[in-house]
Formats: sequence, C-alpha cells, structure tokens
Amino acid sequence: MSDEQVSTATVSGPNGEDIAEAREHIRAAAMRPILENPRWWWPAVIALGAVVVLGLVAWAVQLVDGLGVAGYSDQAFWAVYEADLVAFIGVSYGGAVVSAILRLTKAGWRAPLTRIAEATALVTLPIGMLFILPHLGSPQRIWELVWPPYWNLSSPILWDFFAVSTYLLATIVFFYLPLVADLQVAADRLAGEQGLRARFCRTLYRVLGADRGVTTSQRRLLEGSIGLVAIMVIPMAVSVHSVLSFAFASSSRAGYLETIFPVYFVVAALYSGIALVVVTIAAFRRLFHLEAFIHPRHFVRLGFIMAAFGAVYLYLTFTEYLIDGYSGTSGLAAWVRQDLTGRYWIPFWIYFVAAGVLPLVIMALRQTRTIGGVVTASGLVVAALWVKRLVIVVPPATEPLVHSSLASGGVLAGNWGSYHFTWVPISITLAATAAIPLLLLVLFRFVPVLPIAEMEELESYEEELSEAIEITAGPERLRPAERPYRPLVPPTSACTPVALSSDGSAQSGFRQLPGGHRWPDSGQAANDGLGVQSPRPDGWAR
Amino acid sequence: MATRIGRRRFLGSAVAGGVGAIALGALGERLAGFDAAGATPTPVSGSSGVATHQWAMVIDLRYCNGCKLCTTACQAAHFLHPDQTWIDVFSMTNAAGESYFMPRPCMMCEDPPCVPVCPVSANIRTPEGLTLVDQSRCIGTRICMNSCPYQARYFNWEDAERVPRQPFPQEPAWPVPQVKGTVGKCIFCAAMLPAGKLPECIASCPMGTLYLGDLESDVAVNGLGATVKLSSFLAENDAVKFKESYGTHPRVYYILGHGQDVDADAEAG
Repeated sequence: MSDEQVSTATVSGPNGEDIAEAREHIRAAAMRPILENPRWWWPAVIALGAVVVLGLVAWAVQLVDGLGVAGYSDQAFWAVYEADLVAFIGVSYGGAVVSAILRLTKAGWRAPLTRIAEATALVTLPIGMLFILPHLGSPQRIWELVWPPYWNLSSPILWDFFAVSTYLLATIVFFYLPLVADLQVAADRLAGEQGLRARFCRTLYRVLGADRGVTTSQRRLLEGSIGLVAIMVIPMAVSVHSVLSFAFASSSRAGYLETIFPVYFVVAALYSGIALVVVTIAAFRRLFHLEAFIHPRHFVRLGFIMAAFGAVYLYLTFTEYLIDGYSGTSGLAAWVRQDLTGRYWIPFWIYFVAAGVLPLVIMALRQTRTIGGVVTASGLVVAALWVKRLVIVVPPATEPLVHSSLASGGVLAGNWGSYHFTWVPISITLAATAAIPLLLLVLFRFVPVLPIAEMEELESYEEELSEAIEITAGPERLRPAERPYRPLVPPTSACTPVALSSDGSAQSGFRQLPGGHRWPDSGQAANDGLGVQSPRPDGWAR
Repeated sequence: MATRIGRRRFLGSAVAGGVGAIALGALGERLAGFDAAGATPTPVSGSSGVATHQWAMVIDLRYCNGCKLCTTACQAAHFLHPDQTWIDVFSMTNAAGESYFMPRPCMMCEDPPCVPVCPVSANIRTPEGLTLVDQSRCIGTRICMNSCPYQARYFNWEDAERVPRQPFPQEPAWPVPQVKGTVGKCIFCAAMLPAGKLPECIASCPMGTLYLGDLESDVAVNGLGATVKLSSFLAENDAVKFKESYGTHPRVYYILGHGQDVDADAEAG
C-alpha cells in the first residue's frame, strides 16, 4: 500500500456522521456474501445444479438421436433453440447497457446497481452463446467457425459469431475494470480468514491485480478506460443484435424478410435485458440484505427505462403487423393471420398482454409503482418476450413456400408445417434459465456484490440530495439558477449518511446544503409516492 | 509513476486499429472470392471458361400426370428417407379451379441465395453451374434452408439407413449415404452426368415431362429419348422460371400449358 492509494482519512459528513463508519457499512455489505455462508446457499446451488444437469442429459440424448427429438422438422427447421439464442443473448444486453448508459450519463444513483447488472451480462452472454451447440446439427464441427480457410465472409451467421465473441470480450473487460478498484479492499477484508475459499479468493485478487494497489493517477486512467469501454459496449451490442436479425432476414420468407428486424431485435434485447436486471437486483437485494443501498427508487427508475423500451417495442410490433397486414401479398397476409388469429394467436397475445400492455400500466399507476409491481412487470417481460421470440422464429419457418407463391388469387393452398415441443428443448431451456442464478450465486461468492470504490465516490451526500430534489420537485420546478451548486466530489468525501440511516435522523441531513445553501426550515419529509422519503418545502403541492 | 497513455494517443491507436481491421476484412473478402456485387450471373452460353457443360432442366408441365415416379426413383437411387424429396411433385390449383402438378427439383440458381449465407462455405457452385452441399463440412445451421425460396432443402434429422457399396465415392457430387446433422438437396445426379447418364428423375419419367439441358451445346433430352434444340424449345413454348422476381436466375425452366401461373407476380396477368 502506498500513500497514493485512496486515502482513508476520516472526514466528517455534513451532519457530523463518521464517514469511516458509513464506508465500513458499505464494505461489510459488499463482502458479506463472500465471508458468510448462508444456510440456503448449498441447497439452492444443488437444486439449480440439478436442473442444469437435466439439461445436459437432454442435450446428450439429442446428440445421440439427432435434432428430430427436439421436435424439429423440415418445415420447422428453426424453433426453440433459435428463440433461446436470441432471448439469452438479448437479456445479456440489458446488464451491460444499463451500466454503460448510466455511467455515460453520469447518473449517480447507479452505483449500487452496476456490479449486479454487469454480472448479469457476464453470465447470460456465455449461456446464450452456448445455445449455438444444441442449435447446430453437427456441433462436433463447430471448430470450423474459427478456421479461417472455411470462413464465408458474406454469411450473417459467421458475423454473428464474430460479433458475439467480441461482445463477450467487452463484457468481461467491462466487468473487470470496475472490479480492479475494489480488489485491495476485498483482499484486506479477507486478510485474517482461514479456509480454502478465503485463500483462493486472496490468490484470485492478487492475480487480478490487488497487490499492485491503485494510485490516484491509475484511478483516473481506470475511470477513463471504463468510460471508453462503456462507449464501445453500446454500438457493439447494437451490432450483435442487428447481425443476429440478419440471419433471419436473409430469406424470402414472410415474417423474416423484414426491414424492421435489426431495430426490432435491438429494442427487444434492451427491453428484456433491463427487465432481467430488475429481477436479478431484486433477488440479490433480498438474498444479500442490500436494502440499505438499493432503494425503491432504483426499481422505479429502472422500471421507467424498461417501460420506455416496452413502449417502443409495442410500437414496432404494431407497425410491423399493420404494414405487413396491409400488403396484399398472399405470403405476408397469411403470416399475419397465422400470428394474430391463427395457429399462433395464443403466444402472440400472451406477449401483447404480458409484455406489451401490463408493464406500461403497472408503471403508469402510482399504486402499482412499487418494488413488487416493478419486479412483477419485469418478470412478465422476461417470460413474455421469450414467448415473443418463439412467435418471431417459428411461424415463418413453417411457411409453405412453393404453394403460397403458386396459388392463384392470393389464396394460400399449401400446408403449414408445425412445431411440437418435446421434453428435450424444454429441459435445455430450463437448464439455461437455472444457470443464470446458479452462476451469479457462485460469482458473488468470489467477488464483492457491490462496487465498493464506485459507491464510496458516488453515493455522496450531494448526489443523493440532488436526486431527491429532482424526484420530488421535477427539474422544471427548480430553475437552473436556483439549483444547488454540485461540486466535484473528491473520493475522500465519500459516503452517504442519508442513504444509510433509515431512522428519522437522516432527514436532518437534507437541511444543510454544501456551499451554504439552505432549505427553508419548514421543509418536511414526505413520501412522494415513489417510495422515496424526501424533503419537501411547504407549499410544493404535487 | 506509471506510463501514461494519453487519451489522444489511445484514440489514435484505436482508430488506426479499426481502419486496419476493415482493410484486413476487405482483403479477406477478396481472397475468399466473394462477389460483393453479387449480380453477375455466369454467362448462359458462349464463353464461360473451362466448363464444357452448363446444366439446366426443362419441366414441361403439360405432360406431368403427378405419378411421382421421379420422386420415388430418386429416393431409391440415393437411399433417401421418404420425407427427403430432392424432387417433389406438388399438387396445385390454377385460377380456374383445375388441378395440375408441378415437379420441383433444385433450381440450380445462377445466383443461389443459399451459397453466400453458409458460415463455413459448405455450399459449392461448380463450374458446370450446379450448386452442391459438402456434407463433410456442413455444420447444420440450416440458414440455407431459410434462404432458399423454393423449399428445395431439407435436413438430415437422423442417421441414414445402411447403403450398399456405391458406384461413386461419397462426395458433394454423390452424397450417399446422407450424413446426419447436415443439410441435403437435389444434386442433378452430378456424379452420373460425366458418364453420360441422365439424372434418375428424368430417366424414370414415363411422360417425358423432364428434360436435361445443356446451355453450352444448346440441347435438351428427356427420358423418352426426345432431343430438342434447347433455346428454340424454350422460346417456342414461352418457358418461364419459378419466382424469377427473386433474382435467383434459376436454371430450371417450366413450360406451362394448363393456364398456370408459376409466379405470384403473374397473378395480375
């Protein structure tokens, strides 16, 4: 440890709270999953592991008996695995982009969420990539994808592979960089611990760079790099989902050959991804007792972002079916009928209700805009968008191409193929779903669940306060000139006495602003309906 | 103090790297022989390089009675599963409500949509204009089944039955037996053509519906032994191609005779 390392000098907060005490609070919470062994941990891991093993067994059966056991046929040549591929790679987008966007917009409230969000991206992306294996007819030849003489550079699938691999690399870097600043703290915490895992963790942290420490200039460099990777992650993720959609769109099939597809895929990925981040954060908040750091307002804000993407996705869906339905071409018209009123009407309207309308309603009503409501909406979105991916993938693959074009008068004379679920793809999909919490549980046994350094910098008194002002009053209520000056927060003035204390004493923290600005003394705390305890001067009616 | 990499320098290297990557990609594309314009079909006749034949097929719908002997003969010769139809015969209904039959082999497109989408280049277009699948390379993504507008491709969902000793080695021109986990399709009996033998479907058609054509020598013959001058036969009978509007330039020509419309675009006419 050198003197240049982030100082641990104690500085008194505006209310005289001990910064060191609050910092201790953050560090203890972040390290608790590593240090303690809750009773539910092993049963949970074993149960989830059993589901994963069942999926592996199903895949083994499929390897022996061929893809036919998964319900595939020549007129349903793409179905569940392709929907899974799109859905799982899609949800990985949420974690990375939530974190990237919030970093780039310098949203101070992001701090307690970023580690969990980035971890979600880190575990879901490899799971999504693994769906290439059951998807392929000859997975034993997958090495050909990395054998340049065989490459066909005009193939969307090859570029899928390149794009997803690059994106995986970026996701790993994006997870690792913010972790660097936490390594020394984590290693120090484990200093006295005995046991295999503590020793392993210490070794891990050393390998990852704990013993080299982080000097102030390195810290600046690190932050610059994180910003750069955050910028790169966004176009990278856009390219991943665009290219993924090209694999479907390079076709003459109604329902696949759609100009809207790249946008459609990107927005769906963001939408489902943010929903999964909300569900994950809610779960780990409960499991690891992070209620002091992750507040209802975090959920409400993520819920608003999710609802925005949900509205865009609903709009895109409307546009697609409206315009294709208007077209008199027999193939397009038949496909629209199949989806809306025909064979696939149940899954389509499941999407429409569960991921189209309900999340918007839940976020619109104050009564339901609670943690429970947002998490319910997110769960619905994750599940219903998987169903929507099935509706996107299956019907066009079952289209009768010869008949539909030869039949006269636009009447579709041919037979549609059909896809029937079997236990094999269901098991594999469940296994992949179970692998997400399983990998996250394991991951957080080794890395801190909260980004310690980031929180200590960002969860500052000023940030908390200005956020509270915006939520309470709305930016328009407070003209720019009247907004409190927000100084750049040095790392040493870290911590959040306000956020940490749940009793009434925290309220007093809002009275005094840095720079001598004062609230009217008559300010009284009120619940603004978002579940946020915040000060509101008299006369500020809602 | 650690070495400081300035932001400017870092961005500079990033841009340089990006440009380099694009240049490499362009080079690779050139090496892979990918025709970016994609709209230059090989010349139909005349000087087309080394190939001495340019295979084509003519299907005279006036004579097809829907017996499906072509399908069964093909499946027997190539030991295919009953669902695997290299040539399928569809029962259609024309605008007047009358039924007619339409055999559909692989269209052997001059600009085949299936070839550029394969990630591992398992689809080959031979100098004779035949599109073949290398089943020893196919990884089974099935994206070619997605891109084919004629539904001419199928997938080997399970192992093929045991086959007796074959007259040709197992290669793209004679993919017998079929390989599990790969895509298959009609090959125009590519291995038999150099030996002067007609494809199984043409040889077995009792109605003389199917003709094997050679655009190079401008001749077509059917299974009954009728030989015609290809260009004038097509011109005199107003031959059409299936789904021409997709720009695939099929080398299978249909001769109509029952008032059929082969293309959806022809519905107006």
